[in-house]
Amino acid sequence: MRYILSLFVLMTLSFSALAVGVDEVRLADPAEEARAQGLMKQLRCLVCQNQSIVDSDAALAKDLRIIVRERITAGDNDEQALSFMTSRYGDWVLLKPPFDGGTIILWLSPLLLLIVGFYIVYRSQKGRQTKLIVEPLSAKEQSRVNELLKEGNGD
Amino acid sequence: MIVEIGHYTLILACCLSFIQGTIPLYGALNNKGRLMAVSAPAAYGQLFFAILSFAALMYAFVVSDFSVANVARNSHTLKPMLYKISAVWGNHEGSILFWALILSIYGAMVAYFGRNLPKTLHVKVLAIQALVGLGFYLFLLLTSNPFERVYPFPMEGNGLNPLLQDPGLAFHPPLLYMGYVGLSVTFSFAVGALIEGRVDAAWARWVRPWTLLAWCFLTAGITLGSWWAYYELGWGGWWFWDPVENASLMPWLAATALLHSAIVVEKRDTLKSWTVLLAIIAFSFSLLGTFIVRSGVLTSVHAFATDPERGVFILMFLFLVIGGSLLLFALRADKLQPGGLFAPISRESMLVINNLLLSVAAVVVLFGTLYPLLRDAFTGDKITVGPPFFNIAFGFLMIPLLLVMGVGPSVNWKRADLKGLASRLSFVFLTSLAATICFFIISGGGDIMAAVWLGLGLWLALSTLFEWAERIKIFKSGAIKRMSRQPRASLGMSFGHLGLAVAVIGMAGSSFWSTEYQNVMAYGDKAKIGGYELEFIDTDGVTGPNYTAVKASFDVSKEGIFIDTLEPEARVYLTPPMPTTEAAILSTFSGDLFVVIGEANSEGYDRWAVRLYYKPLQIWIWSGVIIMVIGGLISLSDRRFRTGAPKGGKK
Amino acid sequence: MRLNMFIPFAIFCLLSAALFVGLNLNPGNIPSALINDPVPEFSLPIVGGEEIGFSSNDLGAEDEVILVNFFASWCAPCYVEHPFLMKLKERGYKIYGVSYKDKARDTNGFIERQGNPYYKIAADEMGRVSIDWGVYGVPETYIIKNGIIMYKHAGPIHEMEFEDKIIPIIESIEQ
Repeated sequence: MRYILSLFVLMTLSFSALAVGVDEVRLADPAEEARAQGLMKQLRCLVCQNQSIVDSDAALAKDLRIIVRERITAGDNDEQALSFMTSRYGDWVLLKPPFDGGTIILWLSPLLLLIVGFYIVYRSQKGRQTKLIVEPLSAKEQSRVNELLKEGNGD
Repeated sequence: MIVEIGHYTLILACCLSFIQGTIPLYGALNNKGRLMAVSAPAAYGQLFFAILSFAALMYAFVVSDFSVANVARNSHTLKPMLYKISAVWGNHEGSILFWALILSIYGAMVAYFGRNLPKTLHVKVLAIQALVGLGFYLFLLLTSNPFERVYPFPMEGNGLNPLLQDPGLAFHPPLLYMGYVGLSVTFSFAVGALIEGRVDAAWARWVRPWTLLAWCFLTAGITLGSWWAYYELGWGGWWFWDPVENASLMPWLAATALLHSAIVVEKRDTLKSWTVLLAIIAFSFSLLGTFIVRSGVLTSVHAFATDPERGVFILMFLFLVIGGSLLLFALRADKLQPGGLFAPISRESMLVINNLLLSVAAVVVLFGTLYPLLRDAFTGDKITVGPPFFNIAFGFLMIPLLLVMGVGPSVNWKRADLKGLASRLSFVFLTSLAATICFFIISGGGDIMAAVWLGLGLWLALSTLFEWAERIKIFKSGAIKRMSRQPRASLGMSFGHLGLAVAVIGMAGSSFWSTEYQNVMAYGDKAKIGGYELEFIDTDGVTGPNYTAVKASFDVSKEGIFIDTLEPEARVYLTPPMPTTEAAILSTFSGDLFVVIGEANSEGYDRWAVRLYYKPLQIWIWSGVIIMVIGGLISLSDRRFRTGAPKGGKK
Repeated sequence: MRLNMFIPFAIFCLLSAALFVGLNLNPGNIPSALINDPVPEFSLPIVGGEEIGFSSNDLGAEDEVILVNFFASWCAPCYVEHPFLMKLKERGYKIYGVSYKDKARDTNGFIERQGNPYYKIAADEMGRVSIDWGVYGVPETYIIKNGIIMYKHAGPIHEMEFEDKIIPIIESIEQ
């Protein structure tokens, strides 16, 4: 029952979320408006899933867009405007996770995994290269290699 | 009655999968030929009953039998026939039944086409296939019976989520599932080989076509989903790094890696334990994707059925299948003797780098997708890992991949001559570099990353064409003859790589140079975007079979010449009541003009929220993927694969 | 048999454990960023009037545990939650109500028909104060002591959840 209820809440909240959101009030200065749009793209719509507030027509997303424009008009830089949001809704609203102690593993994961991968390849190849010197190919193996080489040139 | 037959045949299919998964396996391990002979007939029987069961469910949907709970929840009499049928797999129970059906189709295909496999391997592969199927049948029968009746039954159904009522999405799940489940065959082969304790060139030759088939379906399925998101969600984007999208990307990346590493096993008899592991991982990603979508562990816009109890069942099943096979791998992988050696600059090395980058990419996508959940589970913090992370992390890995892809096919097996390679490719490299710089200057600068991606696409396209030209020695006599005598697999590779190049160029264009315009427009208002001029003419009420809509019309002209009238719609479906947008798109070679209409202004009905996007080179993405799939199909038609089993001379 | 061949299996075991834990988490539930912080400064008018309904000072002046409930007449789950709020009032809980982006007439009608569980009601017609609180949907309920936000519950409260989760929190605060 509890589950059904929470599902119900989600559904009612997200029904309005799939139309397009267009704001009538925009910033007069195109450069500032572009900055505002850039910020909005980084903010997650709270009542929808995985959308930025630009892409949502939810009322809350609309309000948040107004706030972003207000912050810019008030002279906030990008960082200040984003921290206005995170102080209310936490890091959850940032589509791009901040680079800090909690996310350093996440951000460095591609590099770390690559290094580990290369190390594994290096190790396994090196181990086998030295083994080769100890045990040269048998005649049977040699003929097999030749055979494979011959057919291998195709592709 | 027909519905009960469906339920009954489902139970029969379940029983047969149990028999297929146990008795012949026992026979194979104890060398009892008569028990092994049960295998193929059981696979055919299982397919027969699975088809009957699925047909019964489809019948219930077609005739709108609302006494079936599943039909009542997901269908409606007013729905067009196409969506009555697509609703069969557009819901939780039906989609799992569909999974099981496809699993049995692949099982029967392996039973038929694998007749000349070594008998014990054939039986083992079929047994593994059946045991995976057994899990799905039990899941259906115990937690998600699609044939459950309701009493008293409703006179009308609830309807299907309107977002799913779309031709693109009607065919997206079947393709995607053919891909997901196709990887089960590779998986069964890998586990079968581990039990046998032998992996050789013959094994790789067997595995490759199945991987290729699954890969083609996956590629097409993912793209169809992406295309659907592009025109249906109305945000102008085509990839959102949504958990459900990521769930389909991970097996694709693993399957792509597998496709390449199997070549190394086939040609050089090495990388064997890695390839087996990759085959297990690729299917594990498929199952994990199903788990992520079905359990609601990460909610997303695409997940349409979520239930934690079912999640526990799938998780247990996952643990048995994946955990079991990984354990088997740990115990038996040492039996797989590594074969041929290779130098740091060789085709093998290039393919190893390819595998490394693709697998790291798959793991990073998995890690990024699950990171919020892991963080929440361990510290209770909630954070979001959104598209910006994936774009950066994935891009970081794709740049070297695309660079290596341009070189790889030109490198010799075993040991290559670095100098010769450099002199052959430097011309191509410099050409693409120069072209990129010229284009960048002409287009007036902009994001440097745009130039990087465009350049990579060009490099890949040119180097692929160059390699092909070199292979057939295009400037020497007899080139046509050589061209037609190319192994299909090589030609398929060229197509595949070229397709990716085209898609990458499209992605660069549509991501970096897209422009958008949003405003509230009144009748007669004009807007300019991407060189087009649009005039908002008027709006009109439209009634569809199960929705009402406002249809707007925009006259599009370019340099004063009328081109087309675009008619985007804002629909409101009746059951369930839900608004959707139907974008109007004008696709051309150089870019897409994308028009979405939102709600009417509250003050009056002559002013409407409008969003316009211009997406340069968007169509290149779809075309590139089509070329890739064609490449896959060409490769699949290679004679080497058709003859199937290797000749007796090979061990 | 080499030990490092077990690494994939070990990683998968960890992953399964995390997924199992994840099954019991609610991804849609975002905790408040303001836990253990004082309530944001605000002052809201009464429903359909100019006078001050209540302000952050009023909440700060309370030394018992109070609830602040954000609701709206247009929100279906609020109707689901309402009878339970009435029960809480009977049990002696002091509930401050903020009507979120609602018309005065509708809010009053809602209270008339459903009963009034609130000690005081204020209207946040623009929804801006609610955003300062980190509200992302209605209903949401905050537990406050001495003007400090102790806990936030998003979505309708019902008996089971209140007993399981919120009572222990209130008890631990009161000690």
